[in-house]
Amino acid sequence: MSDAITMTARCLRVSRRQPDALIMTLLLPVLLMLMFVELFGGAIHTGGKYVTYVVPGVMLICVAYNAGLTAVGVSHDMTGGMTDRLRSMDVRGTSLLAGHVVASVVRNAASMTVVFALAFPLGFRLGGDPPDWVAAAGILLAFAVAISWLSATLGLLARSPEAANGITFLVMFLPYASSAFVPVRTMPSWLQGFAGHQPITPIADSLRGLLLGTPIGSQPWTAHAWCAGILLISIAASRLLFARWTT
Amino acid sequence: MNDELAVDATALEKSYGAVPALAGVDVRISQGSVFALLGPNGAGKTTAVRILSTLIRADAGRARVAGFDVITDRHAVRRRISLTGQYAAVDELQTGEENLRMVGRLRGLGGAESQRRAIDLLERFELAGAGRRRVGTYSGGMRRRLDLAMGLVGDPSVVFLDEPTTGLDVRSRREVWDAVGELVGYGASVLLTTQYLEEADRLADRIGLLDGGRIVAEGSPEELKRRVADQRLELTLTDGPAFAEIAARLGERAVHANPRELRIGVETNGSGAHVRALLDELDPDGSAVAQFAVHRATLDDVFLTLTGHTNTSRPEVETTNV
Repeated sequence: MSDAITMTARCLRVSRRQPDALIMTLLLPVLLMLMFVELFGGAIHTGGKYVTYVVPGVMLICVAYNAGLTAVGVSHDMTGGMTDRLRSMDVRGTSLLAGHVVASVVRNAASMTVVFALAFPLGFRLGGDPPDWVAAAGILLAFAVAISWLSATLGLLARSPEAANGITFLVMFLPYASSAFVPVRTMPSWLQGFAGHQPITPIADSLRGLLLGTPIGSQPWTAHAWCAGILLISIAASRLLFARWTT
Repeated sequence: MNDELAVDATALEKSYGAVPALAGVDVRISQGSVFALLGPNGAGKTTAVRILSTLIRADAGRARVAGFDVITDRHAVRRRISLTGQYAAVDELQTGEENLRMVGRLRGLGGAESQRRAIDLLERFELAGAGRRRVGTYSGGMRRRLDLAMGLVGDPSVVFLDEPTTGLDVRSRREVWDAVGELVGYGASVLLTTQYLEEADRLADRIGLLDGGRIVAEGSPEELKRRVADQRLELTLTDGPAFAEIAARLGERAVHANPRELRIGVETNGSGAHVRALLDELDPDGSAVAQFAVHRATLDDVFLTLTGHTNTSRPEVETTNV
């Protein structure tokens, strides 16, 4: 446990000094908010102000964009000798990955704070009650943890940091083909089947419902189930992949 | 573990698919000494280090490091060793001090103790002035020295260095050599791998010559150098009878002989007087030697002499006798 804390502190320190991490974490949310709300927002009709619709979507895409940084960081440690050094010092693979994952979740939290802070000047208004907002934060946290561990796993899968960055493209694409930015019913029917059954849609719908106080039914449970599923599979896969590096 | 060896490995074997990396390697290192595994790329040096530092398992054979089995007691081994790999495993975006403190914490030292240790090691490895700078600003030699210093946090009893100077310029290489001396000053036993004869000669008490996954020769640098002349006079002879005559005169002193190419080598110190004396002695009429040249021994020569082939081209089947 104390190893995981040391590794987290190290990853956070490195993130703070990495220009691309700072841009990705703090500047990209601003650009995405402005792009979706001010640039595209006027042309997209979701039955209400678009900023109200899109805030959860921008939060999710920020998490997805961050996946690249995490995967590259893990891959860098695997290929650059750091992992060998740590393993020869009896640091567990799980502690090493946990350091990257927690640092990634902290970066995600910073990005979401930026999105949230910018949403209000752009016209976003919360609905519902504080317990709902806490529930929304819980879903965001679950999503950030799941995607961060998935990214770390993709970092183990890749043979080089460059390849690791490439693989996470898939994660970045997922929010676009979901209800994060436009309602699923506006998509062509062949895409509706995918968009309606992938993890981002129930997560985006739950967040929207909880933040705006609109009915959401059992969507939060589906959202949590997806996050738990992604996390468990990522943890299992990361163990197998880590073992592959060590034979 | 007073009388125990720092490293005691027997008959290590490891293959990757059908490719054998190690084909039965024994390594014994007595405490407080420096052992060099010398060999070309692909000889199995890194595989041996990875097995002994518990990172991978051998297919066969057994090994004890610092008195513990590398498989059944690997956690005990890991608390007593350190590994510095081929690539300097340092964080460029952390300062030297932060890198060292991180290792201290991972070694189970408290915050204050980690800091004290970091300052001490920066001092010893002549990085005191650079401790608060990010490693990204360091030269290659400084990075390597920090890498070695990180290996000393936690007072390991056995230190593994995998090609500590590969890719460094001459000056940085000398800096690292001094730093390796520092490791020994701490009482650690060292296993290092290298492609450079000069490096093994300079640093090691004993050298194991690794080739094709086997130790083909082992001994102190002096013992090995007796088998591979440091400098040699290379003679090309005029014809077969001349070759036979000179080979007979040299007898055991010939460091290598190739009747087909009419070439024969003999140790020399390279001075004009010695070369002249050798030529006068071997070829008094001045008719047998067509050409001569003085060569300084290289790793290729070691391989040529001890394995019968050079370290770049490795024949499928070894038939040459030395």
